[in-house]
Amino acid sequence: MSPKHDATLKERTTRWMQERYPLDKVTGFAEKKQVPLYHGTIWYYFGGVTLFLFLIQVVTGILLLFYYRTGADQAYESVRFLMTEVQFGWLIRSIHSWSANLMVFAAFVHMFSVYFTRAYRKPREFTWVTGMLLLLLALAFGFSGYLLPWNQLAFFATKVGTDIVGVVPVAGDFMLNLLRGGPNVTGATLSRFFGFHIALFPGIFTIILAVHLLFVQVQGMSHPLGAEEQAPDKTMPFFPNFVLRDLLLWLIVLNVLALLAVFFPWELGQKADPFTSAPAGIRPEWYFMFMFQTLKFLPAHILALEGEVVGVAGFGIAGLLWILVPFLDRKSEKGRKSRKLTYIGLVIVIYIIVMTIIGYVLS
Amino acid sequence: MRENTDQSSRRKALNWLLGGGVVAWLGAILYPVVRYLQPPEMPEAVVSSVKAGTVDEVPVDSGKIFKFGNQPGILIHTPDDQWRAFNAVCTHLGCIVQYRDDLDQIWCACHNGHYDLQGRNISGPPPRPLEEYDVNLQGNDIYVSKT
Amino acid sequence: MKIKLLAVSIVMSVGLLFSFARGQTGQAPNTCVDCHTMLGAPYDSIVTAQQSDIHGTNDINCVDCHGGDPTSMDPDQAMSAQAGFIGKPDHEEITQLCAKCHSDASYMGDFDPSLPVDQLAKYKTSVHGQRLAQGDAKVAECASCHGAHGIQSVKDPRAAVYPLNVAYTCNKCHGDPEYMAGYNIPTDQFQEYQQSVHGIAVLENKDLGAPTCNDCHGNHGATPPGVTSISQVCGTCHALNQQLFQGSVHESVFDMMDMPECETCHGNHEVKPVSDAMLGTGVRSVCMNCHAEGDEGYETAARMSAAIDSLSTAYDSAQVMIQTASAKDMPVEDLQFNLRKVRQDLIQTRTMIHSFELSRVRDEKKTGYQAAADIIRQAKSLVREYYYRRTGFGIFTLIITLLAVLLYLKIRQIERKQQRE
Repeated sequence: MSPKHDATLKERTTRWMQERYPLDKVTGFAEKKQVPLYHGTIWYYFGGVTLFLFLIQVVTGILLLFYYRTGADQAYESVRFLMTEVQFGWLIRSIHSWSANLMVFAAFVHMFSVYFTRAYRKPREFTWVTGMLLLLLALAFGFSGYLLPWNQLAFFATKVGTDIVGVVPVAGDFMLNLLRGGPNVTGATLSRFFGFHIALFPGIFTIILAVHLLFVQVQGMSHPLGAEEQAPDKTMPFFPNFVLRDLLLWLIVLNVLALLAVFFPWELGQKADPFTSAPAGIRPEWYFMFMFQTLKFLPAHILALEGEVVGVAGFGIAGLLWILVPFLDRKSEKGRKSRKLTYIGLVIVIYIIVMTIIGYVLS
Repeated sequence: MRENTDQSSRRKALNWLLGGGVVAWLGAILYPVVRYLQPPEMPEAVVSSVKAGTVDEVPVDSGKIFKFGNQPGILIHTPDDQWRAFNAVCTHLGCIVQYRDDLDQIWCACHNGHYDLQGRNISGPPPRPLEEYDVNLQGNDIYVSKT
Repeated sequence: MKIKLLAVSIVMSVGLLFSFARGQTGQAPNTCVDCHTMLGAPYDSIVTAQQSDIHGTNDINCVDCHGGDPTSMDPDQAMSAQAGFIGKPDHEEITQLCAKCHSDASYMGDFDPSLPVDQLAKYKTSVHGQRLAQGDAKVAECASCHGAHGIQSVKDPRAAVYPLNVAYTCNKCHGDPEYMAGYNIPTDQFQEYQQSVHGIAVLENKDLGAPTCNDCHGNHGATPPGVTSISQVCGTCHALNQQLFQGSVHESVFDMMDMPECETCHGNHEVKPVSDAMLGTGVRSVCMNCHAEGDEGYETAARMSAAIDSLSTAYDSAQVMIQTASAKDMPVEDLQFNLRKVRQDLIQTRTMIHSFELSRVRDEKKTGYQAAADIIRQAKSLVREYYYRRTGFGIFTLIITLLAVLLYLKIRQIERKQQRE
């Protein structure tokens, strides 16, 4: 009703864009996206939280790059410099370390919530697969990043972790050499892990993330099992409602990160010294703890095979089955929850929690 | 249904407040980032190779105490124009050693401990030699690093 | 008579067996060892001791000191005067006996060219040697300290004269009041030494760098140091203190007054750890033993004490500040490095006391004091940083809370609007 020259800034901008790009197709599509409202709605936020934490990692990671130096004779000192001399360096570093842990945690929650709600069922099988790849990459990020400060704990944890890789029959030694840049953990390992951490993994992660998000946007949010068509009052629009709520949650997560960084700053420890014996209490980061503890519990030999080989193989097979769950779960695409799968999922969650706790208590 | 002016003005107020809040939040984020990007006074990390001094500072037959990591080190320009560097903590009871040009030896004043120019404990109470470091000259600068 | 004949024949036959056995292994006959071993206690103790003896391992055996015939199984022959047997040497004979080899440079050169050969000459100058020459049978001679059988090199930790064992060896006589009755010297040196810095270093910490009896008194030439040479003796380790003292006013005064230099303030055997309370005008000050209020020494003592106290307090404050910053998880490695320098300066300032010149003490203190002040300043700024971070977090939380509330209101507003439509 208002004449053209009285249009608001928003209207004028929209018209300017519309004359150049198919904005209405995008907004039209976005308006249709709905998020189911039910007792499980809260779980829908965790994917976004993981994404937010990843973005934090990218930003803090790039900032850290301004001062971090790689190389066995420079890495530790550069991190110490960062923590003591650079203004707010302590903050950036602590946020980066804490956010890494929170991101892996959020990813696990997101994964398990998708599992228990069977959101992976047709047509979303490959969203699940790409999601699992993202989780594996996140773990790889964590493992490679952990070494970068080149301190005692990280050095020996990397040694132990890569030792386990070497246990794999046939390909083990090859993989170990590839990871370590040689038979031992040295400055060459540090260079490699640095390359993985800031170039290779981010590149692959971004591509797979884009695919993952594209799938989610194109296919929309999955509905709880057995209720495909929802009445309008049982859903909320993705834009702007869900997005704004998501942003609100992100603000709170940011505050939590700041709290952790200020009140529980990440330690640096001693510089790595390959010639000392391993310090007491080396252990992997918590997200590897359950696997590490399982391997510790396994006896030295099971039947004819080495205990460790059985453990690694076991986790490998379990991981593979887990990735293939959407294709193995016949019931969910028919709209029914397989109780067996729920129990299996519960057992796995409890196992992970219990093993992680045991790992910490025993060390 | 049109919203009444009451709600409209409340909406405008909320939008302005929200905008203000976002700006404040951006400020709180950008302030540390900008400060972070400004280089500190000492622009580089101290590396395990330390610049102990310059050739001009340390004439022949003299020594200089410098900081190596968190330990004191002693840099020596020997009478026959060689450069040596050692950990300066006396192996007896931890005093800081010094160079004696009258003896051409390293000496600890606390209990008269003597070390030769290879760092070996040659007289007095010290039970062990001094840890030696590598010395490299680059132009006028002297760099000391762990062996 | 028959029994004696029987005993001798038994001994002889067994001895023959021994020497036969030894002959089989190619060893020289040594009937001394054979018989003494066979006879059992108490005769075999010298054989056991001799097995670890440094002479024994160099093929110097019983007859080389005692004389006699080591090839004969007959005790009357083996231990006969014709064979040169001297039995257990007399007290006065021992020194000559040992010196027979140990003062012969060319003989000793075949075994260990680095061993001194002047022990007897030095011994003769010592209190022990002099008294022995006057006929005193109670003083120490070679065997008293080194043992007779089972002698080990002074470098061997089992030796009675190994540095860590010397104090116990000397104390065997010098700490026995009954034995030392009539000599008019104290018998509590060991107890005093045990409490002293040097004693604790040697006896408890096994620090070979610390002095024991012979380091100050000499070993073969053992004599208490003369009053005017005490600073020389202490100065063999405490070189700087000696240098400063000998350049100071106190040296000439002490020597003139027959006061034993270092010992006057520090004691001789019971050298206790020094404390700043020894300086100045307080109750425990050694300066007040001679000086009194009003004289120049009193003034100097008071002012030097004040200088040292201020540096010591500064050092303590710096340490406390570093602890405080460290307790707040702030990085303090640099500050701890600098604190080392302050500690060094404190030691040097305390050493400078021995010059007894106020200006030099004050000069020495300046750098340390400045460094300590710097540390305190930096540590305080670290503590401030700790609070600054928490304040910053508080402000940030405030902003986030504000924004979150506003965002929530916005969401509610949008959703209400949506409900109406």
